[in-house]
Amino acid sequence: MGILEVKDVGKRFGGLQALSNVNLSVKENTVHAIIGPNGAGKSTLLNCLVGKLIPDTGSVMFDGQSVLGRAPYEINQMGISRVFQTPEIFGELTVMENMLIPIFAMRDGAFRMHAYETVENEREVIEQAEQMLEEMGMADKRHMHSASLSRGDKRRLEIAMCLSQKPRLLLLDEPTAGMARADTNNTIDLLKQISDERDITIAIIEHDMHVVFSLADRITVLAQGTPLVEDEPQNIRGNPKVREAYLGETA
Amino acid sequence: MLGLNKKDTSLLIIVALLTLLAPFILNPFPADSAMAQFNAGYPDLMQRFVIFGIFAIGFNILFGLTGYLSFGHAAFLGIGSYSAVWMFKLLSYNVIPAIALSIVIAGLFSLLIGYVSLRRSGIYFSILTLAFAQMSFALAYSVLSNPKFNLTNGETGLQVYADDPQIFHREGLPDLPHLFGLSMRSTYTLDVGAWSFDFNAGYYLCAVVMMIVFYLAIRIFRSPFGIMLRAVKSNQQRMNYTGLNSRPYTLAAFVISGMYAGLAGGLMAAMDPLAGAERMQWTASGEVVLMTILGGTGTLIGPVLGAGFIKYFENIFSKINDSVLHGWFAFLPDGMEDFVVAVLHPFVGKGWHLTLGILFMLVVIFLPGGLVEGGQRLINWIRGKRSGETDKPSGKTEPAE
Repeated sequence: MGILEVKDVGKRFGGLQALSNVNLSVKENTVHAIIGPNGAGKSTLLNCLVGKLIPDTGSVMFDGQSVLGRAPYEINQMGISRVFQTPEIFGELTVMENMLIPIFAMRDGAFRMHAYETVENEREVIEQAEQMLEEMGMADKRHMHSASLSRGDKRRLEIAMCLSQKPRLLLLDEPTAGMARADTNNTIDLLKQISDERDITIAIIEHDMHVVFSLADRITVLAQGTPLVEDEPQNIRGNPKVREAYLGETA
Repeated sequence: MLGLNKKDTSLLIIVALLTLLAPFILNPFPADSAMAQFNAGYPDLMQRFVIFGIFAIGFNILFGLTGYLSFGHAAFLGIGSYSAVWMFKLLSYNVIPAIALSIVIAGLFSLLIGYVSLRRSGIYFSILTLAFAQMSFALAYSVLSNPKFNLTNGETGLQVYADDPQIFHREGLPDLPHLFGLSMRSTYTLDVGAWSFDFNAGYYLCAVVMMIVFYLAIRIFRSPFGIMLRAVKSNQQRMNYTGLNSRPYTLAAFVISGMYAGLAGGLMAAMDPLAGAERMQWTASGEVVLMTILGGTGTLIGPVLGAGFIKYFENIFSKINDSVLHGWFAFLPDGMEDFVVAVLHPFVGKGWHLTLGILFMLVVIFLPGGLVEGGQRLINWIRGKRSGETDKPSGKTEPAE
């Protein structure tokens, strides 16, 4: 029984059957990659997991509880954090303020009217934020406006924000899209380090084969809205069905 | 001090000094001189500076922090005024229950209007608030004023009549709004040589209230709640995926700013016990937007500066007429004098809106951070000159506070 269980999920947009009969099981403390050619339904599937879309059929269970019909913030409070394709951070705030927000959200829940307390007095929260920035090697950038960070640092900050909430499942949507090779390798190292050092499950949607094969413990190949195969990386490489659907057209 | 850091404490002290010494600061010219018309230190105008300052501080908590542009905040101002006058009519002329009720009623209305309007964001939110404000205006102007049920007294405006109950009114209390017997109109005039300074009880009540709400605004800006409101403005998507529900945060900000507006409306009625529907019209809602942007959106002191600036123009510039202009340019040859006066004529007197409009455009184009940014640039420029580092790049912008 995995931490995330997707059963018979289907989603239709007008005349397009974006997902049909998707079954997926993500085991705890593994890195699970979902790959597939363009239009395979990877992003639709991800949006069904985080509450942005509600599938027409099927169920999505996280840790024994259904996520369907819950708002994104409720699903986050259950322990799922999402990293976006283009880093979504609070651009008008400083790096430190960016870090404080998820920690406050974890401590105080979805809403709290703490209007008469002062941020400077929240020593515990600030320490946690500082520690996380330290671990991510961003402590020296804490006073910078986050909008002025480089693309790689924005990604790093976004991951730091997600990790500071100690999520049980981290979802990454093409985390290296549009990155230079060096940045991509840094991100791979970072994600490897995270999955090795932390008690965390990672589900990653990715286009880049290099990233997938360096990280994943298990791979699901999606084609035309349906899972084609689910297996270990070495078996995926040689699988003729996958070659035909996906690798074939890039090779 | 008071849970503020050093920078905020000094800002609060500066604001306190400016408001308390306003009768001196705003009357720099001798009473009989030709420049006396630029004196703004008379009670009526000083009260308006501070009341609209409160209105703009509250508006800035919503617009400056969350970025939600409400075009209907004058409705809460009007509701505050009506509530206060009703307290005068029913209880007594004491301003305390009047102001208290105006805050509560404005808070309730903003909860209702905010709950509906905040279902949308951006331009749709603005239009919804505008629609609500215009409905409130129509209600106050005609619907709620008929012989059977007269809540607002329509066109005439709500006022206190001799046959009103006023159950707590006693002999010896002033027949005007008062604070436990101290009339809001009582003014002490201090004459120093050619100068004359007015110390008005109503103004000082408003000034003290403004200092309190300014302090509360600083606390909100510096609180975790304040960071959350700025997060709403910055990236709602990330906020929702960080486990935060942005709706109650925006609603809380909306209600707080509505209560500030109600307080301002209540104070207005406390200075002059009259409430009219025109206070709720969309032009009044637009005015507070202008004040906030002109002063500096999202800054603490900006809205107060913007409110003072606009009210000064409205009351001082509008008083300059052709004969005043002729007086100034009397030294020019006749033809030149008439020409200069003719050129300036559209910009003064009733044309003050034109001058204000041009100034507003200049500020928005060249100083997007408003008057506060102008002040900061000025200070940086002076500092740069003093230390001789004129070639220092000025691209680094500090958060405006």
